[in-house]
Amino acid sequence: MTVNDAEVTREIEGRLLLVHFLRDHLGLTGTHWGCDTSNCGTCVVWMDGEPVKSCTVLAAMAGGHEVRTVEGLEQDGQLDPVQQGFMQCHGLQCGFCTPGMLMTARALLDRNPNPTEQEIREAISGQICRCTGYATIVRSVQWAAAEEAGTRTTIPAEGA
Amino acid sequence: MTAVADGPVTAFEDNDLKPVGFGRMLRKEDPRLIRGRGRFVDDVQLNGMLHLAILRAPMAHARIVSIDTSAASAHPKVKLVVTGAMLAEQGMAWMPTLSNDVQAVLATDKVRFQGQEVAFVVAEDRYSARDALELIDVEYEMLAPVIDARTALDPSAPVIRDDLEGKTDNHCFDWQTGDAAATEAVFASADVVVSQDIVYPRVHPAPMETCGAVADYDAVEGKLTLWSTSQAPHAHRTLYAIVAGLPEHKIRVISPDIGGGFGNKVPIYPGYVHAIVGSLLTGKPVKWMEDRSENLTSTGFARDYIMRGEIAATKDGKILAIRTHVLADHGAFNGTATPVKFPAGFFGVFTGSYDIKAAFAKMTAVYTNKAPGGVAYACSFRITEAVYLVERIVDCLAQELAMDPVELRIKNFIRPEQFPYTSKTGWTYDSGNYERTLREALRIAGYDELRKEQVERRARGELMGIGVACFTEAVGAGPRKDMDILGLGMADGCELRIHPTGKAVVRLSVQSQGQGHETTFAQIVAEEIGIPPADIEVVHGDTDQTPFGLGTYGSRSTPVSGAAAALVARKVRDKARLIASGMLEVSVADLEWVKGSFHVKGDPTKSVTIADIAFRAYGAGDLPEGLEGGLEAQICYNPENLTYPNGAYICVVDVDPGTAQVTVRRFIAVDDCGTRINPMIIEGQVHGGLTDGVGMALMEIIAFDEMGNCLGGSLMDYLIPTALEVPDWETGFTVTPSPHHPIGAKGIGESATVGSPPAIVNAVIDALKPYGVRHADMPLTPSRVWDAMQGHPTPPI
Repeated sequence: MTVNDAEVTREIEGRLLLVHFLRDHLGLTGTHWGCDTSNCGTCVVWMDGEPVKSCTVLAAMAGGHEVRTVEGLEQDGQLDPVQQGFMQCHGLQCGFCTPGMLMTARALLDRNPNPTEQEIREAISGQICRCTGYATIVRSVQWAAAEEAGTRTTIPAEGA
Repeated sequence: MTAVADGPVTAFEDNDLKPVGFGRMLRKEDPRLIRGRGRFVDDVQLNGMLHLAILRAPMAHARIVSIDTSAASAHPKVKLVVTGAMLAEQGMAWMPTLSNDVQAVLATDKVRFQGQEVAFVVAEDRYSARDALELIDVEYEMLAPVIDARTALDPSAPVIRDDLEGKTDNHCFDWQTGDAAATEAVFASADVVVSQDIVYPRVHPAPMETCGAVADYDAVEGKLTLWSTSQAPHAHRTLYAIVAGLPEHKIRVISPDIGGGFGNKVPIYPGYVHAIVGSLLTGKPVKWMEDRSENLTSTGFARDYIMRGEIAATKDGKILAIRTHVLADHGAFNGTATPVKFPAGFFGVFTGSYDIKAAFAKMTAVYTNKAPGGVAYACSFRITEAVYLVERIVDCLAQELAMDPVELRIKNFIRPEQFPYTSKTGWTYDSGNYERTLREALRIAGYDELRKEQVERRARGELMGIGVACFTEAVGAGPRKDMDILGLGMADGCELRIHPTGKAVVRLSVQSQGQGHETTFAQIVAEEIGIPPADIEVVHGDTDQTPFGLGTYGSRSTPVSGAAAALVARKVRDKARLIASGMLEVSVADLEWVKGSFHVKGDPTKSVTIADIAFRAYGAGDLPEGLEGGLEAQICYNPENLTYPNGAYICVVDVDPGTAQVTVRRFIAVDDCGTRINPMIIEGQVHGGLTDGVGMALMEIIAFDEMGNCLGGSLMDYLIPTALEVPDWETGFTVTPSPHHPIGAKGIGESATVGSPPAIVNAVIDALKPYGVRHADMPLTPSRVWDAMQGHPTPPI
């Protein structure tokens, strides 16, 4: 498979989950493992550009596919606008769910550059954040959308 | 966000230019976290590291007849299999809990809750360790479990804790506060008495990162390094030293980035001890990382109080007294993490924000065959339960008197001029202006218009509810004379060093699980010493790098360590002033401090900056006589009192008459946490707590079947709010500084978790007014709301 544009070839056990392959074998620990039931979404990565829960994908199934993780969001030393948005709008606290949220947010904006609040909430509804209460994550994605559209004129309100 | 009293709005673009102090500032921890470069416990990879997995009891109560580990030991990748019997030989099968009870590190005689630790395996990789668990053969003799706390003290109930000498029942402790006789006298002569049974069911903090540890024992140095998901690394280190007999200076506890805590990561869990034992016995680093089911079924739960609340009032709505009787379910071991003199935590603040004549609470705590824990999930040591009780019972009274719940609350608030106010249960509230805070919430909500809208909707058969809750918290434990954890006084150290070039490092005893300490504490020091926050490194979460302190829980970081940081900076500033007087050749009295520099009174051109002073402090030039070189200080701050943040919350819900589904349409939260250091971070703390509140009020419960099987053991069963279940929060604030805190700040981390559940439940009950419902217990799932609408609301446990 390719991971963040790099060719990767490994001998692995058939049952190895993609999340553990990325973390334990490749040392890409930005992708997290938060539940056993595909509910929390801290493990979201892309496979061929589609967000997937890497705890529910066997590493072997990713063979021949293109995988992208949070470590691959930053391009040529430039943060992705969703990464900037999360910093600007306090879209993270402990940061554990953040990599998964970022991958989903980036995928959303690639398909829908100007999502409504409800569309953002639906896009991240397969993921759990225990810290932020989601409003600031929504604002973070809106910030990134406006940044990319060149329409970002307002600044977040006090505390926002 | 709206303000009643605060400074001008600061744009984020200005952050880097802002030289010092308080205000919105982007977080220093974010650049690594948004790149996936945080370092959480499970990210720690060491050479030769082994992996540990724990075999857990499948049933709630059973005697262990035999354990056969031979097949597991024969697994080619297994390095070690340990049972309770093996630990018992070393005298390590039991460990103290934070409440002076004992808890099994591995079960020896019996298992006492489903999910209890029975054996552990250390293997070459995490999958093999799990495989080997399947090869351990345990023979159990089933025992009848005690699941319903109400039956725990029946004479016929099986005795759970027969490990305790002479124990013949399931009684855990009794506790009471207030004046029973005076309260009874008030109740006897009151116009109106309202009584209501209220259950706060068992819930779980479920941080996104589960608990885990990496233990690395270096036999040559004799030193143990433990990376662990700990909210209190120093307290943990001392307890490891006491329990394991390791010298304290040879233990280093590191809490790296922590993926949320909410109280779940305060206790010492058997798994941490297993990892230590595993490393001691194998000589290799050993990692233990629990899975989600292990987290939900075996680690610190919260609440589980069965309460009866009673309130006495005059017929025109003056509250006279509040009384409560609580049955507390503590599970199989009393693992409550709470100051030892407060077995019921700070439940004693159950009189809330009201000025009343008398109060009394009585509590009986029992053991059951459920997981231990008790104080967790952002509760400020049981204030969550206390606030829920009082805010629910006050609403019941409002309904009884046919009074608006806002009017009733305003009529009974402690008035601003009554502070400091000592409650009838002995708590001295530091400051507050409750009516101002509530009126701000009413303004943001448009309360009168909401009530009009409600009338119109009701006429159309729609179920709209408006709930109000006003809370007072008590956070920032100690003082040390009253509060300790297993004898360790609740005070916090802090160290500040200004480097020769004027940059600084501040070392904290508290530790962050997402609260943004690296930012906030840099701002506190910046405000006091006049160095930009960007030039201040904040070190925390490593016992070898930081001064002793009791850790982060109960919203104590800002009240205790925040005060320590401000005071240590003032100590450094005092020394800087002496050096400056020498440099400027004037007396100390002739110097004026303007953030970042001292200048001669009346001649601002003669000045020296902190950087100038720092270079002199370490430099070759003369210092005033008697002054040591260097520019640093340390402090151990012992708070004189708790701080009492407060707030007024208004919730608007819609209930579908056909499905009984509750939708939180709006939520207005106005908080008063005194001086505001970073409004962005404060708002984030509030948002998170409000979401917890929606979870507890509408979705979350750790329930058990009659055999003690946990029914909330995965995130498919234990429902946590997603972005679709919560509204866009509306927040506001008032500022009433704490008079005894050096910068006037109070804690904020748990306010919203404490204050939001009653606001939501009050709103649902208000929506159900056409059905004549006075109370229904959380979680208000559609089926439970439906039952209430049909006239038979039932407790969840």
